[in-house]
Amino acid sequence: MTVLVYTENREGKFKKATFELLSYAEELAKNINGEVVALSIGNVSSDELNKLGNYGAKKVVSVTDEQFSLLDNKLYIKAIEDVAKKENASILVMADNLSGRALAPGLSAKLKAGLVSGVVAVPSSYEPFVIKKKVFTGKAFADVKVNSEVKVLTLSQNSYGIKDATSDTPQIEEYKPDTSGVESKFKLVSEELVTGKLLLSDAEIVVSGGRGMKSSENWHLLEELAQLLGAATACSRPVSDEGWRPHDEHVGQTGKIIAPTLYIASGISGAIQHVGGISSSKVIVAINKDPDAPIFEVADYGIVGDFQKVLPEFTNAIKEIKGA
Amino acid sequence: MKILVCISDVPDTTTKIKFSNENKELDKTGIQWIINPWDELSLTRAIELKEASGGKIESITVINVGQKGSEPTIRKALAMGADNAIRIDAEPKEAYYVAYQLAEVIKSKDFDIVLTGLDSADYNGSSVGGMLGELLDITNVSAISALNIEDDKVFVNREIEGGTQKLEIQTPFIAVVQKGIAIEPRIPAMRGIMQARTKPLEVVSPVDTDCLTENLVYELPQPKGACKKFSEENVSELVEVLHKEAKLI
Ligand SMILES: Cc1cc2nc3c(=O)[nH]c(=O)nc-3n(C[C@H](O)[C@H](O)[C@H](O)COP(=O)(O)OP(=O)(O)OC[C@H]3O[C@@H](n4cnc5c(N)ncnc54)[C@H](O)[C@@H]3O)c2cc1C
Ligand SMILES: Nc1ncnc2c1ncn2[C@@H]1O[C@H](COP(=O)(O)O)[C@@H](O)[C@H]1O
Repeated sequence: MTVLVYTENREGKFKKATFELLSYAEELAKNINGEVVALSIGNVSSDELNKLGNYGAKKVVSVTDEQFSLLDNKLYIKAIEDVAKKENASILVMADNLSGRALAPGLSAKLKAGLVSGVVAVPSSYEPFVIKKKVFTGKAFADVKVNSEVKVLTLSQNSYGIKDATSDTPQIEEYKPDTSGVESKFKLVSEELVTGKLLLSDAEIVVSGGRGMKSSENWHLLEELAQLLGAATACSRPVSDEGWRPHDEHVGQTGKIIAPTLYIASGISGAIQHVGGISSSKVIVAINKDPDAPIFEVADYGIVGDFQKVLPEFTNAIKEIKGA
Repeated sequence: MKILVCISDVPDTTTKIKFSNENKELDKTGIQWIINPWDELSLTRAIELKEASGGKIESITVINVGQKGSEPTIRKALAMGADNAIRIDAEPKEAYYVAYQLAEVIKSKDFDIVLTGLDSADYNGSSVGGMLGELLDITNVSAISALNIEDDKVFVNREIEGGTQKLEIQTPFIAVVQKGIAIEPRIPAMRGIMQARTKPLEVVSPVDTDCLTENLVYELPQPKGACKKFSEENVSELVEVLHKEAKLI
């Protein structure tokens, strides 16, 4: 029995979230007396594939076929199904991100395997299989029992952590999955890829601004801070609606759901729909001039004050620490 | 061309969630039920496309797996501008069950585009649309932020990790929609509300199928400890704490 992990690369490199998935899978594997097998689709160097061993993968199935260069859910699902069967996988683990959300449900239906998306912990019991997930846009959790033999899980980022495993170099197997019968029904017209920029979903620290920032001209204060901290920038919904910031920076129930280690919110009131997207952050720091703003109910630390005054001081204080 | 919009009936986004029966059930007292925000936007986009299609889009159907209590939500979708509705009379227990019921009905009709949302604001399955793709064995594209029809060709924009792609896509297909599909939800006009009362709402019985998962018990997050507040004058003190105690920066 194996735990199969779908490992996603970006420009040939694995992300931290992938190592977290493997660490998580390794704990599941121990409990079912099984092994972790990683599946990688795309062109990844063997050095990079070997890294997966450091976090628990005993074997890496590497698929480099050209036909996978464009994400086609049906094609990917067929391929992952093929590998899952070949490896006798009883648990499939993916990230709770765009790709995981695109592929996990189809796999679940195809394998008739119960899906639990957005899990936040290891199972509390294996027989029966019971696991905790977020529900009601992060306002609550549910313990979900999975009735099927095979299970599909998507893991909420930063809910387990990365653990080094003492492992040998994994066995790497080049594989061409059986995708017969699947025909692509779409073609790529154009694409815009973000290169060289830290993605919001990967960032450890996120610096975010709301309508209280008054106008896009004030964003340089947040950008400077973000750069200093190696953070990504984000915003509340009205800010992206106003066009002050791009839509892909909008966080909340109807935007991105993120779970960084540190979330800094400036000029954000803390509406329940906003909080739904950030409540899993480890530490929340709020800057708001209204001492009664609801954001302070979810924040760990707060500064009651005007961002115009607070942000430059914040940035300077960090510069001092960093000796920059 | 026919469009189907799957709508799920969820608590209003401002609802304070509570549980009853030893935390085994959602406490429904005082909850306002709404069309899941994504579905409201999908429907809005479908209506915009129909209005601009010069009759090429014949109809927009909305479908819901739900008990009688979800009818006000369905009527609201009709008031917004859907032409007819189907309710599969069953408790939407879990994603596979719901997707299976939807697939059974969809199989018997010929829709060109099926729209579902990225996730429901209740159990956050992010599941139904992707499952439908496999149950119906048709193309499924996720994280759609734009849907356009130009000269009988259908184009979608989708978000992938690290970018967006524009695709030309053959019908029939299932689109899992997210932010961007429409800007603001369509507000039903008085006329629409009047008309909605007489628009067809077909109720069909569910078929037997398994539930793959089951929600056993719910729990609310641990309350946060009080926020440590600093004044404008003590910003550097907070930075010290973040650096030395919390070791975050
Ligand atoms: C169905 C639905 C879905 C939604 N989804 C989302 C979502 O995903 N994400 C989201 O963010 N919102 C969402 N919203 C909107 C949400 O309800 C709020 O309207 C929104 O989050 C408010 O944004 P804000 O905090 O930036 O602005 P405001 O609520 O206007 O708050 C501005 C804050 O800035 C403070 N401020 C003002 N001036 C200063 C200053 N000089 N210095 C410091 N602080 C200052 C004010 O005290 C105030 O607290 C949704 C709403 C609905 C109905
Ligand atoms: N009970 C339901 N009836 C009809 N459509 C549903 C139902 N539940 C979910 N959906 C559709 O599936 C999407 C994603 O829901 P979920 O998979 O439950 O997160 C929703 O936005 C709807 O479009």
